[in-house]
Amino acid sequence: MTGSERGYGRRKWLNRLMLILCAVAAGLGILILALILGYTLAHGVSALNLDFLTQAAKPAGETGGGMRNEIIGTFLLVVLGSALAVPVGLMAGVFLAEFASPPVASAVQFMADILAGVPSIVVGVFAYAIVVRPMHSYSALSAGVALAIIMVPIVARTAQEALHLVPNSMREAALALGITRWRAVIGVVIPGALTGIATGVMLAVARIAGETAPLIFTALGNNFGFDGILKPITALPLQIYRYAMSAYPDQKQQAWAGAFVLIILVLGISVLVRLISRRKGA
Amino acid sequence: MNMVRELVKAINDKCEPLAGVAYREGEKGVLDVQNLSAWYGNTLAIKHVSMSIKAAAITAVIGPSGCGKSTFIRCLNRMHEVSHGGRVEGCVLLDRKDIYARDVDPVALRRRIGMVFQKPTPFPTMSVFDNVAAGVRLARMWSRRWELEEVVEQSLKLAALWDEVKDKLGQAGASLSGGQQQRLCIARALAVKPEMILLDEPCSALDPSATLKIEDLMRNLADEYTIVIVTHNMQQAARVSDMTAFFLMDKDRAGTLVEYGETRELFTNPKDKRTEDYITGRFG
Repeated sequence: MTGSERGYGRRKWLNRLMLILCAVAAGLGILILALILGYTLAHGVSALNLDFLTQAAKPAGETGGGMRNEIIGTFLLVVLGSALAVPVGLMAGVFLAEFASPPVASAVQFMADILAGVPSIVVGVFAYAIVVRPMHSYSALSAGVALAIIMVPIVARTAQEALHLVPNSMREAALALGITRWRAVIGVVIPGALTGIATGVMLAVARIAGETAPLIFTALGNNFGFDGILKPITALPLQIYRYAMSAYPDQKQQAWAGAFVLIILVLGISVLVRLISRRKGA
Repeated sequence: MNMVRELVKAINDKCEPLAGVAYREGEKGVLDVQNLSAWYGNTLAIKHVSMSIKAAAITAVIGPSGCGKSTFIRCLNRMHEVSHGGRVEGCVLLDRKDIYARDVDPVALRRRIGMVFQKPTPFPTMSVFDNVAAGVRLARMWSRRWELEEVVEQSLKLAALWDEVKDKLGQAGASLSGGQQQRLCIARALAVKPEMILLDEPCSALDPSATLKIEDLMRNLADEYTIVIVTHNMQQAARVSDMTAFFLMDKDRAGTLVEYGETRELFTNPKDKRTEDYITGRFG
């Protein structure tokens, strides 16, 4: 056996070892997801029933009741946050992709990325300072603002990416027809990027649906259901947070069930996103 | 610095109609190109091009790749300035008025001078009908349906596509064949009622029979429209055009106009040695 052959044998084994390590790492990632899903399901399933989805919370110590108000609250906050963030984010994305000069675009893009990386608790405190304090009240609105701040950079960047994928020949073809820039963008470029933009919005929704920290300083939570957007509101992650620390076993049980519902909600959105983008690919 | 450049431009650019060019009364769609140079950033793409383009005729622009043919016709409807770093000097007079004058709106100008690109560019999210109507629809706030229907039918007939698509106006524009897509783009350009049509290698992505259809169409359109076609296909230029301009890259790698004249003359009796070499297939 020559030296080079021996070297080759060693490299072959090293190659196999590395492959195995990579496979183990990938398996570990999937395993963790499976554990989280399985564990929340196993713990939450006993509290998961029709009452859980349709009943309001019972006072501490009583059994039964559910998270109807929290599910409605999460839904309302997501709608409120999206209503504030989607127009701003979409227009920012259009500006970045279509109108900004390269240095301006890269500066704005950089700042959007920083904003996306700001810890969500900081965003919550910020919303507390600019909405809750001046209005002297915790409110659904302030929570919507906090969630919108988290959403804007995600929507803007994904919209920008989606718009970049529209071939330049489409813009030129529109301009050559004697159409103004903004009409070309609205009439030709945005429709061409619509699936990508929708995907970005959905991903942002999935992200904010599970946010807890920004709600602590803004939504506060309430036990009586929706009471107007200028009043405190409750949401799934808030209630999970509260019940998980509760001393009552029944509430702990419900926290598990709430966590499971939240995971399914976010997972459902992700699956929907996959379906949309796959349809585009076909 | 910018102000100085503007001032120099204002002094240099006295765009007067050429003395030698005879304008017939009421004639529309005459383009006078004077001393036109175009840049991409700092790269000079075409240099000092002067030629007069006849109305209601087909002018072919031929030459090897990279000689600035496409850049040249993109300067004629101010699409060049849409490209990154695109800049132009010189004059282009459309019916005696400089299209680069400060009071000319490039958007309005492009409605007068339509353009069709090398690759068919139907808008992918629109139906056949909406594609043809796009120029009209997107230029206004709103349009009446019957008005659009009339324009769409007219344009598709002009583009010799009506019989093939009249039953599938609702289908996606991108579902048509390549040749049909290109005629759809021609119909779309015609729908805004231009005076002139620029075609940038419109047949290079098409098969011979689709090419033939587009050439027939061009001949028919030439009765009414001034047409400029860029082509790298010399046979095509010889077949369809009345006038031919031959471009070549000079030693600075910038495109220059070598020879311009009647197509028959240029192909049978070229005055310039380089033209002769090109059309006899010695290079390019």
